Amino acid sequence: MQKAIINTKRTGGIMAALLITLSAVSGWAEEDQSWRERLSANYQTEVTGFTEIRSGWRLADDPHEDDDSINEMRLQLDLNKEFTRATLKLKGDLVGDLVDEETRAELREFNLQFSPLEIMDVKLGRQVNTWGTGDLLFINDLFPKDWESFFIGRDDEYLKGPSCAVKSSLFFGIFDLDLVYMPRVAPSVYIDGSRISYWNSMLGRTAGQDFVFADQQRDNFGSDFEFASRLAKSIGSTEVALYGYYGFWKTPEGMIPATNLLYYPRLAVYGASLRAPMLGGIGNLELGFYDSLEDRDGADPLIRNSEWRLLTGFEHELARNLTGGIQYYLEYMQDYNAYELTAGPTPKDEYRHLLTMRLTKLMMNQNLRLSLFVYYSPSDQDSYLRPKFNYKITDRWTVDGGFNLFFGAEPHTFFGQFEDNNNAYAGLRWNF
Amino acid sequence: MNKIFILTSAVLAFIAGTTNAIAAPAVDEIINRANLAAYYGGDDGRAEVVMTITDSQNRARVREFIILRLDQKDGGEQKFYVYFTKPTDFKRTVFMVHKHMDRDDDRWMYLPKLALVKRIAGSDKRTSFVGAHFFYEDVSGRSVDEDTHELIEETADRYVVKNTPKNPADVEFSSYTVWIDKKNFMPMKAEYLDKEGRRSRVVEALEVKDIQGFPTVTKSRVQDLVSGGETISEFKNIKYNIGLQDNIFTERYLKKPPKEVRN
Repeated sequence: MQKAIINTKRTGGIMAALLITLSAVSGWAEEDQSWRERLSANYQTEVTGFTEIRSGWRLADDPHEDDDSINEMRLQLDLNKEFTRATLKLKGDLVGDLVDEETRAELREFNLQFSPLEIMDVKLGRQVNTWGTGDLLFINDLFPKDWESFFIGRDDEYLKGPSCAVKSSLFFGIFDLDLVYMPRVAPSVYIDGSRISYWNSMLGRTAGQDFVFADQQRDNFGSDFEFASRLAKSIGSTEVALYGYYGFWKTPEGMIPATNLLYYPRLAVYGASLRAPMLGGIGNLELGFYDSLEDRDGADPLIRNSEWRLLTGFEHELARNLTGGIQYYLEYMQDYNAYELTAGPTPKDEYRHLLTMRLTKLMMNQNLRLSLFVYYSPSDQDSYLRPKFNYKITDRWTVDGGFNLFFGAEPHTFFGQFEDNNNAYAGLRWNF
Repeated sequence: MNKIFILTSAVLAFIAGTTNAIAAPAVDEIINRANLAAYYGGDDGRAEVVMTITDSQNRARVREFIILRLDQKDGGEQKFYVYFTKPTDFKRTVFMVHKHMDRDDDRWMYLPKLALVKRIAGSDKRTSFVGAHFFYEDVSGRSVDEDTHELIEETADRYVVKNTPKNPADVEFSSYTVWIDKKNFMPMKAEYLDKEGRRSRVVEALEVKDIQGFPTVTKSRVQDLVSGGETISEFKNIKYNIGLQDNIFTERYLKKPPKEVRN
C-alpha cells in the first residue's frame, strides 16, 4: 500500500495538531449544522467522515514485539462531488500512529465514476473492490487485503485494501461482466514481523522485529499488472458467477535464492460461485483453482504450489436479532509429494480444513452489536477467535472493542504461529 | 309436496350459498383493498423518510432515507430500494428487497465502507428495520395469505379485522387487529397481541393526505408497549408514477446510486 509517510519521532506533536484541527472541524460542524447543506447545494459536494482514537494491548509479553498492539488516532474524510455525467470520490485517512511512530496519509479512494454507455459503468482511479461469497474467507476475491489491520483490531473497513485500477462493468441484461485492470499490482499487507510475530520456517522458530521480512516489490507500471474479471448472472433468486484472475500471489509466496528476498510469483485463478436462499437462510458455494504459473508441476521448493480452494457456507437467523453463520473451507495442495520432499521439519498439510462460525447479536434497538467470529482448523489444530462489541452511544459517537485470540497446538500452523500476539483493543469514534 | 320441499331446500341452499359467498369474500376484499391502499399506490413511488426512534429512556436516534418502490403487479410482486442519507456513518448504505408472493423475499444490503453486497435471509421479516420499532415487514408489507382474516366489527367509519397467523411459530404475536378506513380502505391502526394475549405493539397512521389522488400515510408511529419505546416516520416529497426503471433494483445500482436518490 502506498502511504505518504512523515517520519518523525514527534508523532505526539503531530497528533496534538491533528486533535486541534479535529476539534476545530467538529466545533465548526456542531456550530453550523447547515455547512453540509451549503456544500451540497452550492457545490454538489458531500463531505462526511470520522475521527477516532484506538488503543490495543498485548495480553502477554512477546519478546519479539512492542507492548502496544495498536495506538493511533485517525481522521477520515470522504468527499463526493457530483458532476452532470460523473461522480468524483476522494476518501483518505490521516493517521497518527504511535506504534510505528509516524504520521501518514492513506489514500483509500480517489476515482471518477461515469457511464460512457447506457449499459456500462467505469470507475477510474484508486478504489476498493471486493467480490465473492465467503465471509472473511476469500477465494476469487484477489483484491488486496490488509491482514495486519485485521489482526490488531482496526475497523473491518481496513481489511479491504485499495488499488489503482480501471474497472469497467457491462450490464448486458442476461449477465453482468466486470473487468478490473490494475496497471501495477497491489499486494496484500501480510504479517512481516514488524508488528506481529510469526513462524519463520528458515530460522525454525518464531520471529518478529528481529527478522522483518523484506520482499521485492513488483512495481513496474504496466508489466506488473493484474487483471480480475467476473461474469455474474441471477437466475431467479440464485446468483451464479464465474471468475478469472491473472496477476501475482497477493502475499510473497516465492523466494529468490541468491538474495533470500521474498517475491511475488505469477498466479492465475479460475473459479465459480453460487449464492442462493435455502432453508430459510442464505447458502453459498465457491470454488477456485490457484494456478501457480511459475511452478506448475510443484517442482520448485521456493515457490508455492498450485492449489484448489473450496468453501461452502450457510447463514440463518437463529432467533430475533441473533444471526448465525457457518462455513467450511478447504485448501488442497497439488503435487504434495514434490512439496513434502523439500518442505523441511514443519511441512504444511496436503489438505487444510477450516471451519468458521459467526454469531451476531443485536441489542438495545440495534445500537449494541455483539459478535463472535471463530476460525477453527481441525487439520492444523489451531483457531482464531474474534469477539467484538460495537455500541452507538449516539448517532455520532460510537465505542467498540474486542479481542484477537490465537490458539494452536503447534507454533508453525496458520493461526497457531500468532499465539504470542493475543490482544485486546478499544476505539472511540466521532462521525461527522 | 315433495317437489316443493326440494325446491324450497334448493332455494334456501342457494340463498345460504349466496350469503356465504357475500360474507366470505367481504373480509378478503377488505383486506386486499387495504393491502393495495397501504402498499401499492400508483405503479411506483418515491418518498423521503425521516424515522425518529425513541427508546424507553427517551434517547432519540434519527434515520433518514429515500425509498423507491416499483410494483410488478398490483397486490403482487414488488421491488424496494432504500437509500440511507443519515446518520452519516450509514450514508450510501442501501437496503433492497424483491418481494415475492410464492417464496421468501430476496433482500440485499450494500455496505459502502466494505464495498460489500450482502445478501440477507428473507425469512426473518419480523426483525427491527435499522433499529426502529418498525419491522422489515412493516416497510414492505405482510403477505395477506399469511393470516386468516375475520371481520369482527364494523363502526361508522371503520372495518375492524382480526388477523390470525397461519404459522404462529414464525411470528412473535398471537393475532393482530386492524382498523381500516371505510372510505379509502387505508389501514389506520393495527394492534398486536403477544403470545400471552397482552397488547404488545401498536402501529398507527397519524396523518393521511391525498397525493396525486392516492390516499397516502405521511406520518406513522409504532409503539412498543412492552419495552416502552416508539418510532415515528414522516414521509416527505412523495411522488407516484415517476417512471422508475426496473434495472434500478439490481446490484449495479446498489454500488452506484441512481439519480432518483441523488436529489
